[in-house]
Amino acid sequence: MSDASSVTVIHRPLWRVRLELFWKSVRANWALFVENPIGVIGLAIILFFALMAVLHPILMKTVWDPTVYDPITGYDFEILRHPAPPSARHLLGTDPLGRDVLSQLMYSTQTEFILGVVAALITVTIGTLIGALSAYYGGVIDTLFMRLADLVIMLPFISILIVLSALFKLNMLKLALVIGILSGFGGVTVIIKSQALSIKVKPYIEAARVAGGGDWHIIVVHFIPNLLPLSFLYMMFTVTSAIFSEAVLSFFGLINIRMSWGIMIHTTQTAGYLLNVGQYWWLVIPAGLAITLLCSAFYLVGRALDEVVNPRLRRR
Amino acid sequence: MTRYVLRRLVQIVITFFLFQTLTFFLLYAQPGDIANQYLLNPNLPPDAAERLRQELGLDKPPHLQYIQYMKNFLTGNLGVSFTNYPRPVIDIIKERLPRTLVLFFTATIISFYVGFALGKVLAWRRGGLFEYGVTVVGVTLYTVFTPWFALMMIWLFAYKLNLFPTGKFVTPTLWQNAPVDANTVFGRMIYTGILGSVVAFVVYLLVRRLPPPTRNMSGILAVLAGLLGMVIPWVQSPLARYAVDILWHMVLPILTLTLISFAGTMLLTRNSLLETMREDFILAARAKGLPEKVVRDKHAARTALLPVVTSLVFSLAFAIDGGVITETMFSWPGMGLTLLNAVVQEDIPLAMGAFSFTGILALLAHLAADLLYAYLDPRIRYS
Repeated sequence: MSDASSVTVIHRPLWRVRLELFWKSVRANWALFVENPIGVIGLAIILFFALMAVLHPILMKTVWDPTVYDPITGYDFEILRHPAPPSARHLLGTDPLGRDVLSQLMYSTQTEFILGVVAALITVTIGTLIGALSAYYGGVIDTLFMRLADLVIMLPFISILIVLSALFKLNMLKLALVIGILSGFGGVTVIIKSQALSIKVKPYIEAARVAGGGDWHIIVVHFIPNLLPLSFLYMMFTVTSAIFSEAVLSFFGLINIRMSWGIMIHTTQTAGYLLNVGQYWWLVIPAGLAITLLCSAFYLVGRALDEVVNPRLRRR
Repeated sequence: MTRYVLRRLVQIVITFFLFQTLTFFLLYAQPGDIANQYLLNPNLPPDAAERLRQELGLDKPPHLQYIQYMKNFLTGNLGVSFTNYPRPVIDIIKERLPRTLVLFFTATIISFYVGFALGKVLAWRRGGLFEYGVTVVGVTLYTVFTPWFALMMIWLFAYKLNLFPTGKFVTPTLWQNAPVDANTVFGRMIYTGILGSVVAFVVYLLVRRLPPPTRNMSGILAVLAGLLGMVIPWVQSPLARYAVDILWHMVLPILTLTLISFAGTMLLTRNSLLETMREDFILAARAKGLPEKVVRDKHAARTALLPVVTSLVFSLAFAIDGGVITETMFSWPGMGLTLLNAVVQEDIPLAMGAFSFTGILALLAHLAADLLYAYLDPRIRYS
């Protein structure tokens, strides 16, 4: 390398250097991620569902007549008996209330994505911040939050959600908030804190302090960026648990959501078609399979990210 | 070590107290109370609901009720269930907790063995088509929508193939003329189960001292002896057909739980084993010229077992919470179903009792996992 080129590097603006470094690390991590087919399978499933979520409003605007195909208020008067089996008109048949199952399935995808992402964002925001703070300050703050985490981990998750659903009349956003807070103060904090502890003893933290960096500067500039990969990993697992919890609560009929995959199965159950899976498969199989596939897709991506983030799991 | 355990016990008492307080006020804050269930009954006079509230003490301010509850709890009095009036809560829990624990304990043990065996293979054959296939299937089962999956299992095995009952604990027609009730038979089944495990363990210890050709079969021999230890006490018993009926009802829930949970152990074993395989002592074992199977089973797997065993203990702590879904789907009258019904019907004493036992189980499992960790890994010392 010649002297001239290193001089030009220094003269480039800092943000461009940072952006290029960031882009480089993204590309390197992407290469590691793609190496593992498990993550690619998960990502493909997520993209498939994302496509469904995006297509629904377009189809409603163009091909599907809202009076017939609306996922909540639609009704097909041209068919005499509902639930009707799949046909060219209704690719996945209709539900006991005469609504199109495919339209419900696609509409619910949007809700599940919003719920999952909101819950996961809340979880990692809380988890990363509190993990970093308790590792950095130690002492009383650490004890307080770690004992709180013990308490939250102890809570029977589904049972507590059932109690809370009676308390708050949960809708989608409130549910996302509750799930996000419960998992944010629980296990995620403990894991992120132990990672933050290993960052705390790195020489560059010492260097930053010697150079006059304040507490807040060190936490924001040095702790959090180094914790983000791990946070991102736990986002994936939180999405899985959020979608799962929503489906269970909807299935028991305990929350105030207009349409979701869990509600679709709940409707089937209250109409009494649940144990007739053989005859009325389109009422039970698509919704159940959708919940399962999306949950496992996020879990698979999480697993694959684990191998990227955790160097001890990498191949030699 | 003793000091560590004592300190942990003090922490456990404090955490449990906070847990009790939190759940009590959460339950109390639910709108309405048990008396609301009777408001729509036309046969009751209008002041009946108010009188019921007074009799149950629900008209008192919440903090007084809380203090009263905690006082009673400390003297071992968990109160009387509202929905099963006048049955004491402790009586209901004594009846139902074993049902949940047996179900989850059996399923956890089976899924642990399956998961550990598969996890070893996955780590050893890293990167193959086999690994990806098993992982995708395992994760799909692990994250499956449990109520739906239970339903599919019921539909396939109970409805289509007619192999197992669709749910519940016993077949009522069979038990009409039974000399004893189901709880007695179930209690005896638990005792024989414990007896069988002890026999299996003793046989395992004895056979391991024998010379190699017999010693290699110690696992199989132990399992056979354990099964014999469980079956022999029942052969002559007139109650055997009733025990078989309960077992027949247990198969499908246990199968479902095993399929759902084995992947957890499998994936954990794989990761733990991959981390262990980077250690120097594995390199040393290979350098000694030991066969791959010995390196895997005797050197790597033993060390990799640590986090797996502790997670196994921990997963039992959440039996009641997991039971809410499984037991509801199979109408299995255990703690999970009891908790769900108690919460939905606002039977506060029963719900508190169920929550308390969930909390106690979780805290004790947490402690047991930590102690087990120190016992299995001599490098860990608590002071």
